[in-house]
Amino acid sequence: MTAVAEKPKADEGVEAIPSFEVTLRIARFNPEDDKGTHWEDFTITMHGTDRVLDAMHEIKWHLDGSLTFRRSCAHGVCGSDAMRINGRNRLACKTLLKDLDLKKPITVEPIKGLPVEKDLIVDMEPFFDSYREVMPFLVAKGQEPSRERLQSAEERERFDDTTKCILCAACTSSCPVFWTDGQYFGPAAIVNAHRFIFDSRDDAGEQRLEILNSKEGVWRCRTTFNCTEACPRGIQVTKAIAEVKQAVIRGRV
Amino acid sequence: MQTHNYDVVIIGAGGAGMRAALESSKDARTAVVTKLYPTRSHTGAAQGGMCAALANVEDDNWEWHTYDTVKGGDYLVDQDAAEIMAKEAIDAVLDLEKMGLPFNRTPEGRIDQRRFGGHTREHGEAPVRRSCYAADRTGHMILQTLYQNCVKQQVEFFNEYYVLDILMTGDPRTDEGVRASGVVTYELATGELHIFRAKSVVFASGGFGKIFKTTSNAHTLTGDGPAMAFRRGIPLEDMEFFQFHPTGLAGLGILLSEAARGEGAILRNSNMERFMERYAPTLKDLAPRDVVARAMANEVREGRGCGPKKDYVLLDLTHLEPAHIDAKLPDITEFARTYLGVEPYTDPVPVFPTAHYGMGGIPTNVQGEVLRNETDVIPGLYAAGETACVSVHGGNRLGTNSLLDINVFGRRAGIAAAKHAEEVELAELPEGLEAPTVELLQRLRDRPATEDRIADIRRDLQELMDANVQVFRTDETCRAALAGIADLKKRYETVAIQDKGQRYNLDLMEAVELGFLLDLAEIVTIGALNRKESRGGHFREDYDTRDDVNYLSHTMAYRTLEGEQGDEGTTVRLGTKPVVITRYEPKERTF
Repeated sequence: MTAVAEKPKADEGVEAIPSFEVTLRIARFNPEDDKGTHWEDFTITMHGTDRVLDAMHEIKWHLDGSLTFRRSCAHGVCGSDAMRINGRNRLACKTLLKDLDLKKPITVEPIKGLPVEKDLIVDMEPFFDSYREVMPFLVAKGQEPSRERLQSAEERERFDDTTKCILCAACTSSCPVFWTDGQYFGPAAIVNAHRFIFDSRDDAGEQRLEILNSKEGVWRCRTTFNCTEACPRGIQVTKAIAEVKQAVIRGRV
Repeated sequence: MQTHNYDVVIIGAGGAGMRAALESSKDARTAVVTKLYPTRSHTGAAQGGMCAALANVEDDNWEWHTYDTVKGGDYLVDQDAAEIMAKEAIDAVLDLEKMGLPFNRTPEGRIDQRRFGGHTREHGEAPVRRSCYAADRTGHMILQTLYQNCVKQQVEFFNEYYVLDILMTGDPRTDEGVRASGVVTYELATGELHIFRAKSVVFASGGFGKIFKTTSNAHTLTGDGPAMAFRRGIPLEDMEFFQFHPTGLAGLGILLSEAARGEGAILRNSNMERFMERYAPTLKDLAPRDVVARAMANEVREGRGCGPKKDYVLLDLTHLEPAHIDAKLPDITEFARTYLGVEPYTDPVPVFPTAHYGMGGIPTNVQGEVLRNETDVIPGLYAAGETACVSVHGGNRLGTNSLLDINVFGRRAGIAAAKHAEEVELAELPEGLEAPTVELLQRLRDRPATEDRIADIRRDLQELMDANVQVFRTDETCRAALAGIADLKKRYETVAIQDKGQRYNLDLMEAVELGFLLDLAEIVTIGALNRKESRGGHFREDYDTRDDVNYLSHTMAYRTLEGEQGDEGTTVRLGTKPVVITRYEPKERTF
């Protein structure tokens, strides 16, 4: 199917912004019909600062209201709109159209390795189940101080990178091990374990290392770096996994 | 349809909802019902920090914080509530640290603090370091930390359930014995309705910034809570007070934290003048947001804007060390690079005010109990966070006080909700309470196809509100907006959706959300038309000073009863509620 619509003229923008035509080739799946998964093309007119999310909205709002995807904040902090765009996992709201090759259709597919529910929406529960299994919360033993616990800037810096995770699943669903073995915890869960294992205030590092030393733990990682490349927050995911592996070998943090 | 029984049902899984859940789930069987996954909520977009007079880096105390909050809110703040918030701020921050929040640290290892707009020492003498922060992603850390602790405490979530109606045993406008009895929800995955019976219901459903076009708010911030409360006869308070944050990315509205100015960034006009020196000689760029936003809009109106259309000003960070920017403001500088292609190390960033925060909302007392008029509460009904109006923000919220509000009053609402649940039994529910919701959805589904689109009506609403009810308002612009909203409501009565399916029907949910936005835009505008003065975020060009004789009171907007006459030919009737004044008599507000 091909459909064409003019975007209403937006009187905004930093300077005069060129408009251009772009085709999105979207993987569609509706559980309520019998067409199965198939591609549909939509050609629309967009502007210089527009992102893939704006193009998806333009299609949903003016061409096909049944196109279904998650989104919320629209500037890369809520983690709702991870999609496979031109074969790479990205957030639709952080991917500018002008940064893609517009001569060819832009392919948009759901992230891989999680059951597809409708169009770009996947079942996130298996992803959050893995996250919850690594004890993603501070466990501090001993008497609680009346004021804050002390932590040096260096100790705080030790796990800064992994605190940035927004649980969008771009990393986990880019991992070839996760695609073939849904039991693997996946990079996001390990990142969130790392965030606590290396927090000087935490006392449950050994328990988490034990969990991650299990059959479906860190040793499944084949260091392909897909996760690091996919992370929209720039987290050094593979490095974090390697640090957890080393801690497992040492048996301590 | 399924029915679930709980002691406490919390609507929304942002900061206020999850903070409430951490309290209530200790003692009461609690369900959190949320239209998003918990870590998607817009609390996560908050950047700069959470103020508390810890005095970790310089002398400070909660009384100064209270004063700043009251003055910042242009004396429309209920001072008893502000005092509670400023006092409990200290434990609220310490609680978060104990829950694991990774605050930035001082060289001594204590929680670091920085400057923020309107926060001062000794009653306005100079800026004070009061904001506790985690780089420029404090809201993200709060949201993650609260969710982590909900996982730890095994709080029960119903994700992607839209609450569409609130159930009570009577009409809050007429029944003295009215109490909350549950909610009607729509499960996105299946299209099935679920009734949650509950002894206590907590609204923590966030704001309604999507009535405007240029906004820092998420697509999902459509005011569902206040709108459904209003439809059921619960009043809304101070809805005309909406905050326009000074530094949205020009043309996009994406937020750049006030923390940038807290760290030393400067606003400049086309002459590269630091224009805030003229508007606020003492606090300059760190004056409260209403003052700065108006100054920026005024610079643009007087021809000193930048860019080809001269329609924005500049946020200058170029004199700051790149290493300092990277350490303290990594996310917002990345926003400038990603979305505008501007490198903040070397070039100033184009900014303009963006609709950011509703000071008004569902009226509550300091326990979080929802009021049905000036004085009486609805037993079993609570509200906290942006969806509520306590009122700690008055006419203008100070930066960081929203993250504080959700923690202090989210906690209080959770405690009160659990306590109430211990004291009462579930209310008996008659059959058929879901009928209005079934009918609402059926109406939207069954209409014959139209040329008109939900998205077009929404866009027209947002452009109408930006043009008429934004930073500057007049009698004429408010009336133009009201007339426009009436037309849009007519279009909304006939517009069709396209997705007729049951599963993941977001087309249908967007249509429902637009209905909420239209109702709220009308209430905001009627309040703005009626308030013939300028106070905080509400600025009337035709009445450009504060008028304490006639308007030192909260606005209460009620839905009219059958046959009752509303204001301006609508179904909204306006009333007032006195402002609580304890320590600080209203004074002229200079910065």
